Amino acid sequence: MSGKLKVHVDQDKCQGHARCKALAPELFELDEFGNAHEVGDGSVPAGLEDKAWLAKSNCPEIAIEVTEE
Amino acid sequence: MSDPARAIPDAAPAKADHPPVTDWVHDFDHTDPQWTEDPYPIWDTLREASPVIHTDRFLGCYMPTTYQAVKEIAYDTTHFSSRRVIVRDVRPEIVNTAPPITSDPPEHKPAKQLLLPPFTPDAMKKLEPRVRAICNELIDEFIADGKCDAAARYNKHIPVRAIAHMLGIPEKDSDLFIKWIHEILELGIKDDATMMRAVHEMTGYFHGHIEARKQNPTDDLITTMMNARDKSGQPLSDGHVLGSLRLLLIAGIDTTWSAIGASLWHLAKTPADRDRLIAEPELMPTAIEELLRAYAPVTMAREVMKDTVISGCPVKHDNMVLLSFPAANRDPAVFPDADKVVIDRKENRHVAFGLGIHRCVGSNLARMEMTVAIEEWLKRIPDFRLDPAGQVKWSEGTVRGPRQLPVLFGKPA
Repeated sequence: MSGKLKVHVDQDKCQGHARCKALAPELFELDEFGNAHEVGDGSVPAGLEDKAWLAKSNCPEIAIEVTEE
Repeated sequence: MSDPARAIPDAAPAKADHPPVTDWVHDFDHTDPQWTEDPYPIWDTLREASPVIHTDRFLGCYMPTTYQAVKEIAYDTTHFSSRRVIVRDVRPEIVNTAPPITSDPPEHKPAKQLLLPPFTPDAMKKLEPRVRAICNELIDEFIADGKCDAAARYNKHIPVRAIAHMLGIPEKDSDLFIKWIHEILELGIKDDATMMRAVHEMTGYFHGHIEARKQNPTDDLITTMMNARDKSGQPLSDGHVLGSLRLLLIAGIDTTWSAIGASLWHLAKTPADRDRLIAEPELMPTAIEELLRAYAPVTMAREVMKDTVISGCPVKHDNMVLLSFPAANRDPAVFPDADKVVIDRKENRHVAFGLGIHRCVGSNLARMEMTVAIEEWLKRIPDFRLDPAGQVKWSEGTVRGPRQLPVLFGKPA
């Protein structure tokens, strides 16, 4: 039994590789410099859990946190 | 602090001897023909020996061999400077900088911020149609021949024309840029005079374009750089603009040319991957990341400014560091089946574009160019193979890719 997921991009670690945006555009967006942040409060809609984990496991800077509520 | 470079008179021989390597662990040389031809087994040997190795060549140079050691160095801007980004035989006084790649904190961030907006994924989408057209124009020139040297006729021209288009300089000047890149990145490792002449010529070329835009501003990246303001509202010096233009040209060309070439080389000898990409085009982004991991073209450098310890190994100042992102990408501790190309690899924290503050500013451009170049090639030439009558030749030095890639089109008879 798992709860709802939330994603968060650590702004001190993100270097703008943009892998998260490519893999999960519903969950991440980029600013004018190409650095990423989560969409809204980071809540992961049902059905997009795999994309959240995929984004995390492809971030070279380990800047993405996925937490279970 | 003594700098060994200053102990070398200007009249020092331009070309140092590079005897063949017999002891890779204690005497490595990334310009050795064996390394140029096939570096991967060498890196495996080095990684097994130690996370950090050293050579007395290049006036003293370390190489981190593991993903972890590469990461520690990339994140440590206190002990490691980016002021020299190529490991060479000489360390002359630094006269030509190329911000932000040669910048350290605190100068690095403002210089990089200026260059980031023109290279976002959205900005690249606008450039994509031109790149698709460039690819097809090139293919039109050789497809009827039934064969070509893909390095000379295709890969080489795509990034240089794309960056020329972005900068607003004539695409027809491409051959000139390719010559400078070769002189700076390959010949320059051992031949300082050739390198300095190329830098000088390139600076003169861009100076002309800057002067022209002072009279007639245009809608391109050169004008954008000239209009940029620093934190205190001042325009950038001509020297800063020239340095960044030099960087964009140097960093934006043979890097992606190499990545496209290595990808086509892989696909030429792997029909199963080719067929799968044609049948499942949605797999392309994942495959491109895997090709970037397996054949990452770019090795950077750092200069050790203070003694420190990396992955348990002492590292002494006055040495250079060969920062091999490609070797990190082959570390089996991080990537299962590291030496296999797995085009649907799900977890892929590859570091082809570096790690930390110096993440390649052109990574989104490179990805777009690679994707478009492979897609357009496969649409027009779905079957191709290495020409048994020809020979694949790889570049020497810090950017690795095929410089000669003879292929035959169609299925074998």
